[in-house]
This record gives sequence, C-alpha cells and structure tokens, in this order.
Amino acid sequence: MGFDAIINWFGQIEYFQLLADEWPLYLSGLWTTLWLVAFSLFLGLFIAVPAGIMNNSQNWFVRFPAWAFIYFFRGTPLLIQLFLIYYGAGQFLANNEHPLALLLWPWFQEAWFCALLAFTLNTGAYTAEIVRGSINTMPSGEIEAAKAYGLSRYKIMSRIVLPSAFRRALPAYSNEVIFMLHGSALAGVVTIVDLTGAARIVNSRYYAPFEAFITAGLLYMLTTFVIVFLFKKWEARWHKHLKPLEV
Amino acid sequence: MNAIPTLEVKALHKKFGQNEVLKGIDLVANQGDVISILGSSGSGKSTFLRCINLLEMPNAGDVYVKGELIQMKPLKNGERVPANQKQVEAIRARLAMVFQGFNLWSHMTVLQNIIEAPVHVLGIPKKQAIEQAHEYLNKVGLYDRRDYYPGHLSGGQQQRAAIARALAVDPEVMLFDEPTSALDPELVGEVLTVMRKLAEEGRTMLVVTHEMAFARDVSNKVMFLHQGLVEEEGAPELIFTQPKSARFKQFISSVY
Repeated sequence: MGFDAIINWFGQIEYFQLLADEWPLYLSGLWTTLWLVAFSLFLGLFIAVPAGIMNNSQNWFVRFPAWAFIYFFRGTPLLIQLFLIYYGAGQFLANNEHPLALLLWPWFQEAWFCALLAFTLNTGAYTAEIVRGSINTMPSGEIEAAKAYGLSRYKIMSRIVLPSAFRRALPAYSNEVIFMLHGSALAGVVTIVDLTGAARIVNSRYYAPFEAFITAGLLYMLTTFVIVFLFKKWEARWHKHLKPLEV
Repeated sequence: MNAIPTLEVKALHKKFGQNEVLKGIDLVANQGDVISILGSSGSGKSTFLRCINLLEMPNAGDVYVKGELIQMKPLKNGERVPANQKQVEAIRARLAMVFQGFNLWSHMTVLQNIIEAPVHVLGIPKKQAIEQAHEYLNKVGLYDRRDYYPGHLSGGQQQRAAIARALAVDPEVMLFDEPTSALDPELVGEVLTVMRKLAEEGRTMLVVTHEMAFARDVSNKVMFLHQGLVEEEGAPELIFTQPKSARFKQFISSVY
C-alpha cells in the first residue's frame, strides 16, 4: 500500500502530463500576476509617500483627505474595491456623453486597468500607514539637528526623514509586498487570467482542482521566496547602521 | 576688537504657556569669546541657547549675528515666528550646534554626517567638502572612524563626530548644549580636550555646561542664569573667586 497508492494517483491524474500541456498558460498567468503586482506597488508608492506625509500633518485640512483615503481603503475589502471600480464605474460611465466620461470609459472598460487601479489605491493606503508610522518613529533629535544646520524643510524631508524612514519601513513593507502578491489573486474575478485565473482554467479543463491549484500555489510560494530573498539582500544593504558591528 | 559683535542678544524672553522661562537676557559675544553659561536645571540655560538658533521661538527680544537681525513676526496668540524662513536657514548654517544627545544622523556614516550641511546647505562641491571633512576628522581624532555609522561609536566618539560636523560649516559661533552631560565620566575628557583646542584656535563658542573646570579654565566669560535672569556674569577668575550673588555662591559650593 502507501507507495503504490501514490504511483497509482499520479497514474490516474497524469499530473506531469498536465504540467507538460499547460505550463505556457501558468507561465503567462504568472507573468500577468507579476507585472500587475509590480506596477501596483510602484505606482502605490507615489500615493503612499505623499499620503503618509500628509497624514502626519498638524494641519487638519492637509491631514483629512489623506486620513479619509487611508481609512476607506483599509476599511473595506479589496474585493469590494475591485467591484466598485470594475462594475461601479460602468454604471456611471457607460452611455454617458459627458466629456470626462467619454475620456474615462475606454480605460474603465479594461479589466486590467480596473485591477491595476484598485491594487494601486489599496497598496497605496496600506503603505501610507507604513510611511506614517516610520516617519513618526524618526528620532526628534535628528530632525532638530537638521534644522540647526540650516537644512530647508524640503531637504529635511528628502535628505534626513525619508531616507531614515525608508530604512525602518523595509521589514513592514516586505510584508505589504507579499500581501499584495497574494491579494492580486482577486484579479481573476474580473476576467483577468493571472496565476489564479490560469489555475481556474486548468481546473475547468481537467477537473483536477488539487493539481491545478497546487501548481499555482507553488508558483506563488516560489515568488514569495524570491521577494523574501530580495528584501533580505536590501536589509543587509540598508540596515548596516542598525546591525552590530562586524569585527 | 571688532566694532560689530559676532553675536548679540538683546532682552530675550521666552514663555512656555504661562511659564516664563527667560525674562530678558542680554549677551554680547565678540570674535574668539568662549562664554560658559551655567545654572541649575530649570534655570533656562538650554532654552536660551536654543532661542539663539531658533530651535525655540523667543517671545520677545532680538538676536543679531554679525550685526544681522533675525527678522521675526508676531502671531495672534502672542508667539513669534521667523518672518523669513530663508534668512533663518542661512543664519542657522552660520551657527553650528552641538547637542547633549549628539543627534548625529543615524543612517549616515560619520563622513556623510560631516559633509551633509556643507554640500546641501552651503553648496560646497562634494569633493571639496570631503577634503575639508578629512581635516576636521583629524582634528577630532576620528579619521580612521570616518566610515562608521554613529551607532557603532562610543558616546565620546559620537560627540567628537558631532563637533566635526559643526566645524564643517565653518560657523561664526558654535553653540554647545551640555555637550558632555550624556557621557560616561571617562569619556568626558576626550570631548573637553577637543573643545579646549577649538577655544585656543579662536573659535567663538557659547557653552552651556556643568563642567566647572572648563568654565573656569577655558572660557573668558561666565554667565550664571537663575530663574530666567542673568544672576551673575563676568570673567571666570573674578566670579569664581569673588562671587557677588548668594545664589551663585551656593551653586559653586554645591557643584564642587
């Protein structure tokens, strides 16, 4: 028993045959996932840094929009955000003669654009909180020193606060990157053939759910390993000042 | 002696809420003066120093650097803010501060700390700033530690690095805010030695300190603050031997 059963199982399902036939689909799905996540993360940073800085402001009028944005996108599920953008936008934009609607509708008809937008806003909000927290833990004496040496407000931010905050934010941000990678599995719901979407197609062709999804799962895991590895490298590079001195 | 003092402070007042910390302080520092500012804790001596480079905003009074008045404008709530942020930044770069807690930028190496203000405030080319930095590193005895991060240095080394950072802007006045108070007793000496060297070179220095020996031996003027006012001031050889005020007498005897 035991070993025979496994051989038998492979024999029945022909897992390797499945892989041999469907690897191009998985690969293109993985590619879609990777660029979607990479672009979302990249664009999200351009939202996160200003939003994080604004959310730290003493001025209510500056803080409120950032706070509301972050609160909404952290307060609702990513799937709801995706539905609001993908289906909700159509409700207002389709068959609408307003010039703005005419301009936007072609974009919002594209599933990939809606997914990219939803993911970008979502990761932007979460990362903004990482940025805010990281700025808040900035040692106040270092900012004081920057002031005392005549650095302008902009230079204090760009030369002292953000570089220091960026280093402190790395471990939390690696979590966000992994979270985004796995969150992107929702893209399949709006017709995008990402890695999860590919697995769903394979499943429907072979009716072999375990094989179809474990393959996707392993590829997600492999990607996660690569991300973890990269962050480890970056931390070794950027956290030198926090590590004990090598003698 | 120059006609225009290097630093002049007139009738400086500072309130924190209802609490009046400084009640009108005057100070004149000429080129090469080393002025020690003494006082028990809460006397306002650190606040006074921090009002000079506007880390705290004085509620009243004027600060002149080489005759240039720092322009302030009043707010409705009785506070004052700089009228011209650019002027304040330019003046701050001429007054270098050394902090009790060192406040080196932790993500930069010692060398990067030193060239930061010269390159990004004064606009000195990086290569030239590095050459000058090497000179200052030698002066404070940290040349071989230039590529270390502050977190990898002892307190005394960090404070010497901070002094090199201050020297790098070639300041008109150096402001020392209790530079040895956070140091282990055996590390105090190395920092005081460097400060003594600077005084001998003719740097204009304002030193808030508890180091009586430094005040007595190195400075040429001593100022004793008590409850927000100058209680006693004068040349160290005079005021330490013949203190006039009872409060200062008591202070000296309690510190020695």
